[in-house]
Amino acid sequence: MTYALRKVGLLILTLWAAITLNFVLPRLMPGSPADAAVAKLSQNGPVTAATRKAIEIQLGVPNGNLIEQYGQYLKQVVTLHFGVSYTFYPQPVAELVGQALPYTLILVGLVTIIAFVCGTLLGVLAAWKRGTWLDSLPTLGGSFASAFPYFWTALLLLFFLGYVFKIFPTSGAYGVTNVPGFNGDFLGSAVNHAILPAITILITSLGGWILGMRNTMISTLGDDYVTFAEANGLKPRTVAIRYAARNAILPNLTSFGLALGGVVGGSVLVETVFGYPGIGYLLLKAVTNQDYPLMQALFLMITVSVLLANFLVDILYGVLDPRTRK
Amino acid sequence: MTATVWSNTKARIGVIILLVFVLVAIFAPLLTPYDPSATTFARSADASASHWLGTTAAGEDVLSQLIQGARISVFVGFVAGLLSTVVAVLIGLSWGYVRGWWADVINFFVNLFLVVPGLPLMIVIAAYLQNGGIGMIILVVVITGWAWGARVLRSQTQSLRGRDFVTAAVFSGERPFRIVFREILPNMTSLIVGNFFGAATSAILAEAGLEFLGLGDPSTVSWGTMLFWAQNSNALLTGQWSLLFAPGLCIALLATSLTLINFGVDGLSNPRLREGKSGR
Repeated sequence: MTYALRKVGLLILTLWAAITLNFVLPRLMPGSPADAAVAKLSQNGPVTAATRKAIEIQLGVPNGNLIEQYGQYLKQVVTLHFGVSYTFYPQPVAELVGQALPYTLILVGLVTIIAFVCGTLLGVLAAWKRGTWLDSLPTLGGSFASAFPYFWTALLLLFFLGYVFKIFPTSGAYGVTNVPGFNGDFLGSAVNHAILPAITILITSLGGWILGMRNTMISTLGDDYVTFAEANGLKPRTVAIRYAARNAILPNLTSFGLALGGVVGGSVLVETVFGYPGIGYLLLKAVTNQDYPLMQALFLMITVSVLLANFLVDILYGVLDPRTRK
Repeated sequence: MTATVWSNTKARIGVIILLVFVLVAIFAPLLTPYDPSATTFARSADASASHWLGTTAAGEDVLSQLIQGARISVFVGFVAGLLSTVVAVLIGLSWGYVRGWWADVINFFVNLFLVVPGLPLMIVIAAYLQNGGIGMIILVVVITGWAWGARVLRSQTQSLRGRDFVTAAVFSGERPFRIVFREILPNMTSLIVGNFFGAATSAILAEAGLEFLGLGDPSTVSWGTMLFWAQNSNALLTGQWSLLFAPGLCIALLATSLTLINFGVDGLSNPRLREGKSGR
């Protein structure tokens, strides 16, 4: 119980730090983002004094009271009032984020879990059959594929499967004629549009899992209790899965939490290439249009979700490994 | 040490690939058939005898740009990898040596940088800094890239800290700074080298990613900007596959070469990972 409580405390502290980082960043940078933002917004129509004030609160004005600004910023974050987007004026930022979130959550979440499970299994196999082709093929292939830049894998798949052979749609998350909702047509179209991005993320992230699991598994296989289990005449499969893999998976689980940040980052590139309307695509649009409120909210969103995922992995780790609970 | 790395087949292939790229980067001005920024050729041309890889939509020679681009990637990989490693060594080793609340404070900050997703953070910083060049990219790569190495080096420092030679150094009255960097540091050279190659790999990928998104200086000739212009000039539609294929393949090959070298470096610190007929 103390373990969980300590983790919750740490989560709250880390969340606070991430939120503060988001507040500090624009204020550390040269120039005034607020002026640029107001100039950008005034292209869409007259800017009211209240809107200008809201922007200044969010981005910081050079001679404002920092502590007051911070208080107002925290209030905005807690109440999820991130203001109005400049690019998609007058849509509120929270609404835009809400629209994009399901796409990224489902795509990245599902693919990451699939990649972790497949990669771990292949890693166990590679370590167990060390020196055979079952080892060298996934290890070499995996390390080569994980050196592929996410966006390049995406571009190649898009070029060959999308443009040349026309098997999959080339952009978007569903067909132009489909209406989002729970009907067969929409879901089918959504799955069809998600396949290419999903394959990209799978190809580029699988290698890391294979390598990580293989290396810890090789160390574990050299441990005395594994030799002892073998000497006892247990079936090789039992030794590999129940003895070695079970212990080797623990360090890999920690890197699952950490690598999630990398996958989320990679999905920004993947979504951009495929024009997939998730969080990453929206982030890039916000950045290229200097849409600071949207950008801040999205960055916060991404960071908080990765933090929460890490927290869950930590708790799971505590359940799986009693030693950490002390 | 060099012999161990060289005896690993994967590492040997890696060293050879890396060497080719470094040589191309150094001698780029002599190797490029044309000026990489010249826009005087036919636009979006396919591969031909005078332009082996064709030309871009702006009328530049793709092969010349590719050779010139090696400079940026090798440079960013080397400098950003080195700087991240220096930061990781300074923080990781001191962190492993100090005890008490200081260690907790550093722990908190390193964990924060580890969990905050790197690329989105880079994108946001790059957006605030507005069209910075290579310097800005190196800066954001280092800011987001040091934490992993610091953590690895810290656990190794912690385990070395309990050894007899450190205790002996403490009793002989050496200052903590000297113990950490003169006694402990030389014992983890292989880890530090491995960390350098790892950091350089992610730096090269991050640089290409940022420039592909158009967040670098789009007028620099690099593999990332080549792909940025390729996508923005619809090379996908016009079917100019060489323009898409070549820069990405170079990034992948360079990154792979560093990863392959690390297979050999891993074998230095963990003999179980060495190739050959040891163990299973």
